[in-house]
Amino acid sequence: MSNTFKERFAASYTIDAYGAFILDKELILKALQTLFEEDNYTFLVDITAVDYLHVKTQPERFAVVYLLRDQNFQNLITIKTYIDSSLATQSVTPLFKSANWAEREIWDQYGIHFKNHPNLKRILNHKEFMGHPLRKDYPITQGQLCHQTDTLMDEMTPRLKSKGYTSQEDLMFLNLGPAHPASHGTIRTFVALDGENITCAVSEIGYLHRGFEKSCENHTYNQIIPYTDRLNYCSAILNNIAYAHAVEGILGVDLPERAKFIRVIIGELSRIIDHLVCLAAILVDMGALTNYWYLYNPREKVYDLLSKLTGARLTNSYMRIGGMSHDLYDGFEHDLNVCLKEIKQGISDTLKLIEHNRIFHDRTQNVGIISKEDAINRGLSGPNLRACGVPYDLRLTAPYYHYETFDFDIALGSVGDVYDRMMVRFEEIKQSTRIINQAMQRLPGGAICVQDHAISLPPKKEVYSNIEGLMNQFKLIYEGVKVPPCEYYRAIEGGNGELGFFIVSDGSGTPYKVKVRPPCFYAMAAYPRMIEGSMIADAVLTLGSLNIIAGELDR
Amino acid sequence: MAVGAEAIFGESLITTKLDSAISWARESSMWPYVFGTACCAIEFMSVASSKYDISRFGAEVVRFSPRQADLLIVAGTVSYKQAPILKKIYDQMSEPKWVISAGACACSGGFYDNYTTLQGIDSIIPVDVYVAGCPPRPEAFLDALLEVQKIQATQSLLDDRAKRNFKGVLDV
Repeated sequence: MSNTFKERFAASYTIDAYGAFILDKELILKALQTLFEEDNYTFLVDITAVDYLHVKTQPERFAVVYLLRDQNFQNLITIKTYIDSSLATQSVTPLFKSANWAEREIWDQYGIHFKNHPNLKRILNHKEFMGHPLRKDYPITQGQLCHQTDTLMDEMTPRLKSKGYTSQEDLMFLNLGPAHPASHGTIRTFVALDGENITCAVSEIGYLHRGFEKSCENHTYNQIIPYTDRLNYCSAILNNIAYAHAVEGILGVDLPERAKFIRVIIGELSRIIDHLVCLAAILVDMGALTNYWYLYNPREKVYDLLSKLTGARLTNSYMRIGGMSHDLYDGFEHDLNVCLKEIKQGISDTLKLIEHNRIFHDRTQNVGIISKEDAINRGLSGPNLRACGVPYDLRLTAPYYHYETFDFDIALGSVGDVYDRMMVRFEEIKQSTRIINQAMQRLPGGAICVQDHAISLPPKKEVYSNIEGLMNQFKLIYEGVKVPPCEYYRAIEGGNGELGFFIVSDGSGTPYKVKVRPPCFYAMAAYPRMIEGSMIADAVLTLGSLNIIAGELDR
Repeated sequence: MAVGAEAIFGESLITTKLDSAISWARESSMWPYVFGTACCAIEFMSVASSKYDISRFGAEVVRFSPRQADLLIVAGTVSYKQAPILKKIYDQMSEPKWVISAGACACSGGFYDNYTTLQGIDSIIPVDVYVAGCPPRPEAFLDALLEVQKIQATQSLLDDRAKRNFKGVLDV
């Protein structure tokens, strides 16, 4: 792989203690262009900003951080630039379409301006909002009432013009959402219709913005676990794992073998139920209601298992920093096998109805297509990207928890349409079942938490019988797990794709900043372009097939 | 021993109060509008599916037009950005109408005590039944439905619910 960036910018960058390349903000666009064109860093993972108001050692108050992966998804590079008091920097939207919404979010949350951005306006907060909530001096509880929703004409009019519409007379404007049966939550897409065809579409998100990142700055590391449950609530435990995995990365701890295998088993089970609900919902959108019962009933079975295991059906909070809250229960294997059997049955019943069904094929094939190159440039990941034929799966490109030793296949599509996205998910359910079976066979005994008093809670027996145990418990609960100062990004393969956490720690028990890289966010940003030219009914299926989960999208 | 009209017409006729007859009919044919925004909406999917089966209580005709619904189930977090939409939908429903606030977020903001989240939907619209849980189990949803039925049983047609003195923060 080429190193043009390192050669060309050797005199311009410094590398900080955490491995990030620090560049002057005027060089950012050029540096990213070199990385993109010469070194093939074609996948923009995420962009975020940090407000260093309370960190006196930093040269400026704000910094913007870019995370990129190369075309083989093997290498991750972190580029960082400090923003001076002008609070402005260059936009990288000419290179990465995915930067459009990411930069809007930074403007919204931190008030950093991006020059030459096509449409720099708020994205998560409402348009009457004053101030920038992720700045350290914005009080966490200071809510602001919203009276009017955005008309979105400021986005629609230029979009129409770019398509050659000078007059709006022949067009009909329609809101799909934010309260629409097929909007899967609270997503709003505003479309201009010519007959039944969508000529232009713009999306508005943020209706479920719940201040996840601000809340993280206010809680100890373990207290954040329940918040992560509610990101992608269809596969809550995968979010737990992704977050705990990132924090464990900073701590530099290696989990006991049993903990790794349990994470694989429960994680894959979560992936299955995530895909089940996605497929069930899209089939309902299509009018194939019977399949909803076929797919949802196995999910109910898994809920029973998860209730027994974690005490909750949906928002499980099962993982902890350094392990998990408790071990598998007696009889778990039997329950798991019952679940897997029901899942298999549900899948095969559904496929029997749709696999060779002409109506299903006509509704899904060649609908909502996104090309391979476009998908990468727009930051799609997970099943949505694999449906385009890109073999990007973090379980293989950056294996964790021994994924490289499991025998499973990566499901790939070829066209990148609704059909491929659905079929990739069907196949992934089967592959996840294979992984679970292998992991159960190999499940070792032993501890389920890191044996370190600074990370894991002591056994209850210790807490109630001696003062050291009691103190240990008290300190960990009140002060949190002490995480050394670091700026760190780590991701796992979530239900919807690359689910990563960028964490800035300051050595205390509370993170200084947490940014989640939500796979849905980038899929949703691509959505309006995917539906232009298609019909409303196709737009509904396209949205369903991307599996947009509002909790993760808006955070 | 029947008296009055029942004595004359025998078993072919039942006399009752108009309120009771209407309430009886209403109770088992609620048409819910599910304002599902977040995790609670996923639990509502369970309520509607085979295992819990909301149709046992006559409320399976889920409407996505507020004009066709008489029960608003707010399931999930309502942010400040979402609040005017919730109010609009509530206003579009015709009387008589009832509201279930399902889950900690809808009831009080839940653990999202921050700059984005409305601290309880009852500052925007009136609520009849609150359901605890994060998210509530499907049984809790069904229990709330039964609670609404109890409210309906005690209400008289003469009560004009529209005239309730409710003034939310978005009412001008």
